[in-house]
Amino acid sequence: MRYYLNKLGFYLIAAWIAITLNFLLPRLVKGSPVDVILAKTQGVAPMPPEARHALELQFGVTHDPLIVQYVHYLGNLFTGNFGLSVSYYPTPAIDVVMQALPWTVGLVGLATVISYLIGIVFGSWLGWRRGTWTDAILPASTFFSAIPYFWLALVLVYVFGSILHWFPVSGGYDFTITPGFTPEFIGSVLLYGMLPAITIVLASVSGQLLGTRNMMVSTMAEDYVVTARAKGLRPRRVFGSYAMRNALLPSVAGFAMSLGFIVNGSVVTESVFGYPGVGFTLLTAVQNNDYPLMQALFLVITLAVLGANLVVDLVYGFIDPRTRLAN
Amino acid sequence: MSFTQQELADPELSGSEPDLADDGAPRTGFFRAAGRSTGRSRTSRGWKFWVGISVCAFFALLAIVAPFLVPNPNQSSPVGLQPPSLDHLFGTTNIGQDVLGQVIAGTTGSVVIGVVAGAITVVLSMIFGVGGAFLGGFWDNASSLVSNVFLVIPGLPLLIIVTDYVESRDIIVISVVIALVSWAGAARVLRAQTLSVRSRDYVDAARVASESNWRIMLREILPNLMPIIAAQFVFGALGAILAEAGLSFLGLGAPGGKSWGSILFFAQNAQAITLGAWWWFVPPGLCIAILGAALGLINFSIDERINPRLRTAAIVKHARKAKGANR
Repeated sequence: MRYYLNKLGFYLIAAWIAITLNFLLPRLVKGSPVDVILAKTQGVAPMPPEARHALELQFGVTHDPLIVQYVHYLGNLFTGNFGLSVSYYPTPAIDVVMQALPWTVGLVGLATVISYLIGIVFGSWLGWRRGTWTDAILPASTFFSAIPYFWLALVLVYVFGSILHWFPVSGGYDFTITPGFTPEFIGSVLLYGMLPAITIVLASVSGQLLGTRNMMVSTMAEDYVVTARAKGLRPRRVFGSYAMRNALLPSVAGFAMSLGFIVNGSVVTESVFGYPGVGFTLLTAVQNNDYPLMQALFLVITLAVLGANLVVDLVYGFIDPRTRLAN
Repeated sequence: MSFTQQELADPELSGSEPDLADDGAPRTGFFRAAGRSTGRSRTSRGWKFWVGISVCAFFALLAIVAPFLVPNPNQSSPVGLQPPSLDHLFGTTNIGQDVLGQVIAGTTGSVVIGVVAGAITVVLSMIFGVGGAFLGGFWDNASSLVSNVFLVIPGLPLLIIVTDYVESRDIIVISVVIALVSWAGAARVLRAQTLSVRSRDYVDAARVASESNWRIMLREILPNLMPIIAAQFVFGALGAILAEAGLSFLGLGAPGGKSWGSILFFAQNAQAITLGAWWWFVPPGLCIAILGAALGLINFSIDERINPRLRTAAIVKHARKAKGANR
């Protein structure tokens, strides 16, 4: 119980820090978004003071002391009020985020699970067969894990989109089909999601593979594995019930890091494919100086990642009782 | 089928333990350890390290001489979008710039970012990881809380937002920001290792001999952390090169700065894919992947040095030798 409370407390603190960062960063670094916009339009057209005031009202910029602004900001947060999006004016920023979120959760979620499963199964097999010809795969996988997501995406678009014409290369679905729960629409979504998903899986799987393999090799040298083998258990049982189960624990514990990598990668991947998820929306928000939308996006992405990590940590406490005891 | 062969080789595994144990003893310095490895084996074990180092040295050298080799990489010419030929080994861009020249010039940016960000990552992770773990108690709790929080907050979205707020961004500023966002993983690894090292017998012995904290830290603990610190530098450099490539590709890199990512940004914006200009976007991405793989190989060989169990080639050779002797 103490373990779970500790974890919950940690994620609450992390969420609070993320929220505060989101509040402080624009104010510390730039003063206010209005200044940024004024600086960027300077020279194009001089801005009269009334226009400045209007902008300030629009962005909710006040000259209150920081602490008052902070309380106000926290209050807005709980009602989901991030202000109006500039580029999708006058849609509230939070609505834009909510529209983009299902696309990313679907794409990144599915791709992460697939890459995880492949990495774990294949990685532990490689670890089991360590020292044989399969070790030749390792240098190759360091090469693959160093390939940037977006570059892999570009190559895939070039090969499968431009040359072979197997997959559509841009967007989330065929715009001639009306969205809804029709087989046509779902088929279109799957077809359009194929290349982005393949990109994320290919780019993320080798890191997972390498980690699991190395952990498996270490576990294989443990006494209990040697014992299991010495008492004549079938190799399949030694592999599954003794070595692999224990070798997988760090992979689960390292989920935070790999999810972070995948979220980072999918932001750029979505931009290559023009996929209507949060990553692409974040990029357009940045390009259009849409500060309310940027803040809302950053917070939603962060909270989603924190939530996923919390779930994994809770599961980890369940599958590895030692962590509960240690705490 | 595959299991039977493994089983034959495995009983000898335990026989190789003494060989591992002689390496598992505490060493008193990275350089001595490294020297030993080169002295002992010019066989397959060292090739990963040497290939990695050579490739890195090649790119580092290229980064230094690039300004002299290609004084003006943006020089345009009337021959646009030429496929690779003898005149232009990597072809030309849409406005007739030599892609090879651009890639060479881009090396400087990417290498500088890797080195600067890697160095800052090491400093931060030593403060929060080694410092916290060594002092223990409150400081350990506080610093591991901070690094865990930074670990779970997704890096690239934060990076995108911060770089957008920073107005005067040059290559150094970008690498500082990247390091500030991504040091946490390294800190966690260093903390775990410091905790393990500081509870070893020879550290206790130094305490009993009433050596000062500073002396214990610098003479007993730090030398034994050197390989891991080196690995964190390599890891930080790799991450920073990838992150910068992503940022530049999204158009958020240093304005006017040349790096491999910015070449890809221009290629993407000029529709290189639809125009079929593969020679434009393939070389920069390959360079990132090759340099990344080289850094990965260095890390891999450091891993094998720290964790002798991963040296599978030696295990198998030993096993074969033992088998031959039995016969």
